[in-house]
Amino acid sequence: MKLRSRHLLGLENVTRDEISLILDTAETFREIIERPIKKVPTLRGITVLNLFYEPSTRTKISFELAEKRLSADSISFAKATSSVTKGESLRDTVQNIEAMKIDMVVIRHSSTGAPFYLTQCIDSNVINAGDGSHEHPTQALLDMMTIRQKYGSLDGLRVVLIGDVKHSRVVRSNIWGLKTMGASVAICGPSTLMPYEVEKFGVDVYTNVEEAIDGADVVNIMRIQLERQKAGLFPSMREYTNLFGITKERLKLLNENFTIMHPGPMNRGIEITSEVADGDSSVILNQVTNGQAVRMAVLYLLSGKKEEAE
Amino acid sequence: MRKLEFDLIIKNGRVINPALGFGQVADVFVKDGVIAKIEKESAKTKRKIASYPDEMVVDATDLLVVPGLIDIHVHLREPGREYAETIVTGCRAAANGGFTSVCCMPNTYPVIDNQETVQFVKARAAIADARVYVIGAISKELKGEELSEIGDLVKAGVVAITDDGNYVQNSDLMRRALEYAKMFNIPVVSHAEDMQLCGEGHMNESFESSRLGLKGRPSVGEVIAVLRDIKLCEFVGGRLHIAHVSTAGAVEAIRQAKAAGVKVTAEACPHHFVLTDDMIGESFDTNLKVNPPIRTKKDVDAIIGGLVDGTIDCIASDHAPHPEEDKDAEFDKAPPGMLGLQTTLGLVKTYLIDKGYLSWADAIRKMTINPARIMGLPGGTLNEGAPADITLIDPDKKWTFKEKDILSIAKNSPFVGWKLNGRAAYTVVGGKVVHEY
Repeated sequence: MKLRSRHLLGLENVTRDEISLILDTAETFREIIERPIKKVPTLRGITVLNLFYEPSTRTKISFELAEKRLSADSISFAKATSSVTKGESLRDTVQNIEAMKIDMVVIRHSSTGAPFYLTQCIDSNVINAGDGSHEHPTQALLDMMTIRQKYGSLDGLRVVLIGDVKHSRVVRSNIWGLKTMGASVAICGPSTLMPYEVEKFGVDVYTNVEEAIDGADVVNIMRIQLERQKAGLFPSMREYTNLFGITKERLKLLNENFTIMHPGPMNRGIEITSEVADGDSSVILNQVTNGQAVRMAVLYLLSGKKEEAE
Repeated sequence: MRKLEFDLIIKNGRVINPALGFGQVADVFVKDGVIAKIEKESAKTKRKIASYPDEMVVDATDLLVVPGLIDIHVHLREPGREYAETIVTGCRAAANGGFTSVCCMPNTYPVIDNQETVQFVKARAAIADARVYVIGAISKELKGEELSEIGDLVKAGVVAITDDGNYVQNSDLMRRALEYAKMFNIPVVSHAEDMQLCGEGHMNESFESSRLGLKGRPSVGEVIAVLRDIKLCEFVGGRLHIAHVSTAGAVEAIRQAKAAGVKVTAEACPHHFVLTDDMIGESFDTNLKVNPPIRTKKDVDAIIGGLVDGTIDCIASDHAPHPEEDKDAEFDKAPPGMLGLQTTLGLVKTYLIDKGYLSWADAIRKMTINPARIMGLPGGTLNEGAPADITLIDPDKKWTFKEKDILSIAKNSPFVGWKLNGRAAYTVVGGKVVHEY
């Protein structure tokens, strides 16, 4: 069993077998990162570029650590300190770096399709670490890994994604991945933060948070950005919290053995209370640890793909 | 040397003259840059033609002979962006595509909002392969704030006014433009997209934009903009022309306005009746990015319906060159617009005529006499005494549009590699052959 593509651009067209392969592989890497010496020689000699055009804490550190634990040579790029500030285009930037002989590129970019565009510019394997509001596949994979660890399988689980669906790449990747893995998916948020023709995503759509989480197993809470309120998409943060914030009170509606997730960074007291974020059912920090294992798995599986191609 | 009666003879072609409904095999005789006469072949004409040297006779056997095609929506980029297109290269592309006249848009640098710039464009156009008619700006510097000196512009020869690229968001300014333009009997051309609804979008708002997470330009933004302009035109009079209609709702609004007697005309572009928004996610090809955006199958069908029933009067390309340096970018960072002059005729034949929506006569009307009437241009017919602007079409020529065939400086066409049917075989402007393949 192998991945069909040598890039990971999104989960929309990734099969159930492929997702299972990534998650199974991630479990073996998860075991490695629990060891006292957290390093294997798997990607020795492979050079990975982390190309971050947008700010990131978790994803960037997670990829960098994943690369180091696999013994890859990794270099990181931050837009603010690069020649992009001098007007260099994305194509020129990556072609110049590729000329220094790199093998894989991890890209975070504000433009939808930027990872796809990279595959047209360079020969390296490309991993999407978040493109605009489009996809963030490794985040959804780590979310699925975390759920699977707790329940054994995703089949038939009720998973609710709450927040700014319109602008969330995490929601989109989760929708595609969770549906493929057999979960029952619902989304919930203000109607002004729902994308046009949202029903075509083929998931249950709610604007009432109580109805959405009633009988759910997993609630994955998205960050709400202040910019959206400033753009007039909802009246105030206070009203958002009242209508959509996840509080201890609301947790009573969930199934027994429920799980609370958040991809971070959290706005405590806005979309999630501290009580919920730090409660027994929260797996938020486990998500972060799994993120590293998932990224190791993706790097490993795609790099293997490249060797076969040659 | 013997003085010849004619300068050019186009023999044995199927002549389509929409002004007269003429549609049979005949010979066209040209003298002094005008059409001298059109005659059915006879023993006498045969003898006469035989007496002419070969280089003065074009054999149009199996070709259509139609009035020179007219494209009333073209961005020639000069002055200011000569790295994308110049008047000379744009007109070369026009001639290659069968167009003998184009109307150029005022969003140049400087903006065509003053006599000097009009005169500059006309001077450059004097040596170009096609005729260039200038459309001036509605507002100074296209800022949408105050009217440009429209009287001055008309005196310099502009045939219409527009702020194309921008909607005139200020309703009062649009009202004044329609009122003021009445004095000169010129149309006001509207790029109808409400900027508050559409301004930041990169593609049609639909499930496709939702899936890709790209900000959308909703169809309702066009419908509202068209309806406002129609209502203003109904209220104050004047002539309104809606550029590049892209939505089913706008087609319906224009249909109803025409039925109510409002003086509104409309154009459609090939990309809006050929392309759909689901193509974007397959390639993120920035050449598919255009304003107004390519829409859905339902909109494509409605535009074709509008072309069939006459709601949409004419076909224009919205030829909009952008250099590779600008188009080779992330989708949301690329500028909107695509080339059109060299592909319009082939797309019309392949997607409208071959599919049975329009006859050749209908299609030619929408590319000749109708646009000529909208803009008040002299061409568009093959009447005796009319300018000898003539296009010869090879109606069943199968060809593939290749990047190396692009005569524009910029190469931003999404149709590169497409197989098309029907092509301009010869283009004649003022009796001179400016293109032959």
